[in-house]
Amino acid sequence: MNSERRGEKGEILLEMKDIVIDGFSDDKWHEIVKGVDVTLRRGEIMGLIGESGAGKSTLGLAAMGFARPGCRLTSGTILFDGSDLMTTSEADKRKLRGSRIAYVAQSAAASFNPAHTLIEQTVEATVRRLGKPEAEAKADARKLYRDLQLPHPDTIGDRYPHQVSGGQLQRVMTAMAMSPRPDLIIFDEPTTALDVTTQVEVLASMRDIVEQYNTAGIYITHDLAVVAQMADQIKVLRYGETIEDADTRTMLSNPKKEYTKSLWSVRSIEKAEEESDDNILRVDHVDASYGGGVKVLDDVTIDVPRGHTIAIVGESGSGKSTTARAITGLLPPTKGQVLFNGTPLPPMLKDRSVEQLQKIQMIYQMADTAMNPRHTVRDIIGRPLEFYLGLRGAERDRRLLELLEMIELNETFVDRLPAELSGGQKQRICIARALAANPELIICDEVTSALDQIVQKGILELLLRLQRELGLTYIFITHDIATVKAISDQIVVMLEGRVVEQGMKSDILAPPFPDYTKLLLSSVPEMDPDWLTNLLAQREQEGGLASAGN
Amino acid sequence: MSTDKPDITPSNEAELADQGFDEKELADQGYSAAAEVGMIKARRTLRENIWRGLKSAPPTALFGLGVITIYVFFALFAPLLAPYGEAEIFDLSYAPWSDEFMFGTDQLGRDILSRLIYGAQNTVGIAFITTLLAFVIGGGLGITAAINNGGWLDNLLSRSVDVLMAIPSLIFALILLSMFGANTLNLIFIIAILDSTRVFRIARAVSLNVVVMDYVEAARLRGEKMFWVLRREILPNIMPPLVAEFGLRFCFVFLTIAALSFLGVGIQPPTADWGSMVRETAGLIQFAEYDITAAMTPMLPAAAIALLTVAVNFVVDWFLHKSSGLKE
Repeated sequence: MNSERRGEKGEILLEMKDIVIDGFSDDKWHEIVKGVDVTLRRGEIMGLIGESGAGKSTLGLAAMGFARPGCRLTSGTILFDGSDLMTTSEADKRKLRGSRIAYVAQSAAASFNPAHTLIEQTVEATVRRLGKPEAEAKADARKLYRDLQLPHPDTIGDRYPHQVSGGQLQRVMTAMAMSPRPDLIIFDEPTTALDVTTQVEVLASMRDIVEQYNTAGIYITHDLAVVAQMADQIKVLRYGETIEDADTRTMLSNPKKEYTKSLWSVRSIEKAEEESDDNILRVDHVDASYGGGVKVLDDVTIDVPRGHTIAIVGESGSGKSTTARAITGLLPPTKGQVLFNGTPLPPMLKDRSVEQLQKIQMIYQMADTAMNPRHTVRDIIGRPLEFYLGLRGAERDRRLLELLEMIELNETFVDRLPAELSGGQKQRICIARALAANPELIICDEVTSALDQIVQKGILELLLRLQRELGLTYIFITHDIATVKAISDQIVVMLEGRVVEQGMKSDILAPPFPDYTKLLLSSVPEMDPDWLTNLLAQREQEGGLASAGN
Repeated sequence: MSTDKPDITPSNEAELADQGFDEKELADQGYSAAAEVGMIKARRTLRENIWRGLKSAPPTALFGLGVITIYVFFALFAPLLAPYGEAEIFDLSYAPWSDEFMFGTDQLGRDILSRLIYGAQNTVGIAFITTLLAFVIGGGLGITAAINNGGWLDNLLSRSVDVLMAIPSLIFALILLSMFGANTLNLIFIIAILDSTRVFRIARAVSLNVVVMDYVEAARLRGEKMFWVLRREILPNIMPPLVAEFGLRFCFVFLTIAALSFLGVGIQPPTADWGSMVRETAGLIQFAEYDITAAMTPMLPAAAIALLTVAVNFVVDWFLHKSSGLKE
């Protein structure tokens, strides 16, 4: 029904000029977005990219004339199809939202109402706002499901949100946004929470549908490689200001600003792999399950070479973190054993000696939850010094400063609480806490995945330097292939609780691949705007060959 | 859950954008971990925090705080403020209000005003000690149960608490006090144990959210003993809801003691106590048509109880609202 009012492709749909948005904190208003311009034409997708706190989500929401609680639109104009949303009444803006402007949120799982079926939620805005007959809207929704390549498009809508996977839910949410045929969709990090293999499918279907219906889009993300596949033009934001603005190909081939380059800086770290036969740890045919139910680890055998880094890769649910829990003793294996320096470790944590605990340390993904918010840096790093090494008083403080220096921080940090540290500093303190125990093996569970690119690079370089200086062994659990390339000597690929393959980095990352490794590697977005198109073409061709072969 | 730290955890972009200029050039000048200012806010001192809290407190909370301060003042300086001794007997019983005895005397000829003031010390003091004991027992066991989540200890403790809670507590307290004898020590222990069941529940519930945190796992991986985990990792993070609950439980304990005293098994004479004062002078109400002030006499200790309960509730409401983290 919106087709009559839909303008020509290329006509300007949204024009935001000199947008200033304030946020309230600390008893005063601060500028979050400081005078940014956005021009978006029909049928075009703009990528907004930047680190956390860059103001990209705030700006994206402002395109709907919306400010989150605690924020206010201070000045500027938001011309959406000719009318200024800054001066439009709230009631009129609400008419636009969900019908002409739609929003796809990051966490689909948290955005659906668990008490209603998917299709009811998909057509809700269309039926209630636009008055489309329900049967017609549902038929259209099924068509959208088919366009988005959801399995069982005719019946999947009758399921409830918890009955489909995260990637499927994200696609249903896209269908929901698409249902009233809006002029503009705002995608706020829609694939950030998904695995790489799922991400590819979701990206492809989102891109197709936006193209098919000539919808304009704003795509918000922190991953340049992802935005490269989706967007026609890219805007790099930092501290609420535009750093760089260009069309996708120009931006990727010829970034003007240092900062833009730093957005893919992890990809610049290289580590020459080294072979080693001396194993510090062996996970020997281990099975494990939670509460005696389904096997989450199935005959896992991993050898960890001393003084080197072994990366465990796989999607979520593949048993990577469970392997770490079996090694640390948090989840005793039901079969098999873990050998450390040739001697078997007691399976239960409480049976292990202090020396055994000391030699294996762990660094967590979320530094925020890995440090007690009520403890100062002195407490956090000082405790293992006291506990394992018996250091007290001045002696302990001296070692504390040495450790802080090792992680490139200084004595001014000693009395800070975790909340007074930035994300990268927090992770460094966690590294120092692990180092304080004088460990031989450190298990790093996704330690960089919550950090911005430039900070990731700093952390990875620090870990590499510590390894050289202290001869540490790392088990590096990650789903990010760029990180794996940067840091590992050996790679273990896991799928559904089993080890698919283990070998040197160069062997694993070179053909021939087992099927799963190939799928995993090819799904990692590259800095090439044609990557997704090429990948899909290639997969289709191979799929065609395979079915022809059958 | 976090209340007394409005200084931290920038979760919205408003706060993230509040950053120094030196960081802005960071990308151009190369990366340095120490210079990575990020989303830091200065920590306030305790005094600044209290002052900020008081400034933003609603009038009801300020009223509550004022009333509590006055009660505490009277309780602490009772011997100095009271015109006569706690159990000093004059030969005039049921004396009317006068200059000599401001609120008259009771059935034995003891000055009502003095007993009211001493009553603040006794009733409030005993209620406070009882509540504190209930929190030590209930809180300690609650956190222990949470650490042991789902284990045999957790089940044993939780089911025992269920059993205790199934029995009406006032009746149970009456039975126990009749069994063990109605002295102050028994009173404190019996009410503390009965009330600790409620504290146990809330301490266990809020601790469950904390024990799943990575820092608790990190402490266990380090090999820390249970007591250390309880005291250093969990307790500091569940204080705000516990403190709010403390205020509420204090009211209930206070009312229970007053009720038990009124029934005659609480605080025993000659110790002055508001609950038993209501009972002892209750008969004066029937003289209301002859002397309205005489009829007011039993109302005074009752009003003292009511006022404190209301005041504590005002403060607790404010505190709970703050600790819920709501902005509106």
